[in-house]
Amino acid sequence: MEQRPECTGGSGGQEMRKKKDLWSFTVVPLYVFTIVFVVGPLLYMIALSFATNREGYGVDWIFTLENYKRILDPVYLDTFLQSLKLAFTSTLSIMLLGYPFGYFMAKLSSRWKSRVMMFLMLPFWINSLIRLYGWIVILQTKGVLNGSLMRLGIIDEPLKMLYSYPSVLLGMIYTLLPFMILSVYSSAEKLDWSLVEAARDLGADAVQAFCSVTLKMTLPGLLSGMILTFIPSMGLFFIADILGGNKIVLVGSLIQDQMTRGSDWPFAAALAVVLTLLTTLIIYLYRRITHTSELEGLY
Amino acid sequence: MKRNRTKLPGIYLGLVLAFIYLPIVFVVVFSFNGSRSTAVWKGFSLEWYQALFQDTSIWEALGNSLLLGVISCLAAAVIGTLGAVGLMKVEFRSKGVTEYISTLPIMIPEIILGMVFMAFFSVLSLPFGMVTLVIAHTAFCIPYILMMVKARMAGMDPALEEAAMDLGATPVRTFFDVTLPLVMPAVMSGAMLAFAMSLDDVVISIFVNGPRLNTLPVKVYTQMKFGVTPEINALCTVMLAVTLVIWGLKKLMDKGGNMR
Repeated sequence: MEQRPECTGGSGGQEMRKKKDLWSFTVVPLYVFTIVFVVGPLLYMIALSFATNREGYGVDWIFTLENYKRILDPVYLDTFLQSLKLAFTSTLSIMLLGYPFGYFMAKLSSRWKSRVMMFLMLPFWINSLIRLYGWIVILQTKGVLNGSLMRLGIIDEPLKMLYSYPSVLLGMIYTLLPFMILSVYSSAEKLDWSLVEAARDLGADAVQAFCSVTLKMTLPGLLSGMILTFIPSMGLFFIADILGGNKIVLVGSLIQDQMTRGSDWPFAAALAVVLTLLTTLIIYLYRRITHTSELEGLY
Repeated sequence: MKRNRTKLPGIYLGLVLAFIYLPIVFVVVFSFNGSRSTAVWKGFSLEWYQALFQDTSIWEALGNSLLLGVISCLAAAVIGTLGAVGLMKVEFRSKGVTEYISTLPIMIPEIILGMVFMAFFSVLSLPFGMVTLVIAHTAFCIPYILMMVKARMAGMDPALEEAAMDLGATPVRTFFDVTLPLVMPAVMSGAMLAFAMSLDDVVISIFVNGPRLNTLPVKVYTQMKFGVTPEINALCTVMLAVTLVIWGLKKLMDKGGNMR
């Protein structure tokens, strides 16, 4: 991997070349750290996924495809499908909620833009656990929502809202919504609104203008928002854990379980490899569609 | 843009923001509740704060989190800044690959990063604890700083550095006197973001923290799994206050380097 710029022996003492060589040394820490602590562990994960689990504790380095075959076991396949379903549902809901937000926000005056941005970013900086915890306070059986509903006489018995699929979905939407909003906003903000007006002047109605200009131009933001919500929503096991009890098992929860209680590391590694491949595929498709290398509004 | 201006967008923005703030408001309000119940308001009380301040394990966890955040941010700031500067200056074939791989830690799901670290560290037989936490956190802090500094470098006039060199400054001197001050705002905002991410992280920490060491989010997470207590409300409110202070500081800093 180590590919230093070739020091072309030409002893001409070209000053630029020398300076460039010196600059290249500043990349070395990044290089070393990345190779040792990012590439290394990832390669190890791949190797591990083909190893045999030893009964009890540990790994035998005997090549096997058993770990991958096990994923196809209905129990685990179900988990994968459930994760995908949740990820799709939450991404879709977040899209429907977040796109108009980012779009409207980009149309605000610059004064209100920065105000709304502030209100949006502030909770983003608050620990995500705290924000989820607030939902427990609201949703639990003896919680705020049930209390209010009962006092208003709408329901007689407290509803079981927490520890269910909808509450996990709510948690996902809640945690990941800002990513979508910021992505859409950053691409809607760059949009040249005069193009929309031009379309209108040329006879397009509002819907046509929106579909053929606005939507097309903000597509990179929308897609990047979808990636930024879809990928984490498969791995955020603690949301499923806190708001779903042990009823909702996601790929993330499964991996964590296999790493800790199950202590079947090769199987966990195989699950992780599949999840990584899925992720990489999604990002690759995004790049092919939008012809960009960086995600919109990632920072 | 004056035509067909309705109140609808404003109402929509307000409603979504209300949705975002709703749980936070309840956490704060019920931290001052005079009853164990989180459904009924029984009057103002500070008893949960008292209970919280007497719980030493929480303070220990907070200390760990802060120490971890500071060390990994510093390490990431140094590695990330040097890396970004170097990547901009040199042209080599593996540049694209290097950039791609070094941003991987925030591209792949956190759970995978956590799990590969756990497996990798145990193979290296590194003792799980602060060291493993620092390595893991540094790994996902670097991309934030790298990307921020890179974006900043892209908009920088290379003539400034060339001028310094032409005037006889050594590359090292040029770096410290010209380049670094110019990218400093980006380093700072990258580091702030990374620090916030480090303070917020549960998923990765839970894999590499070891049996005896708790970070604050891990501690909160485990307590939350055992049920809801008003102490957590109080803790959450305190953390909220701390976040607000950090956020305010960042705002001030952004204003200080108002080049954004």
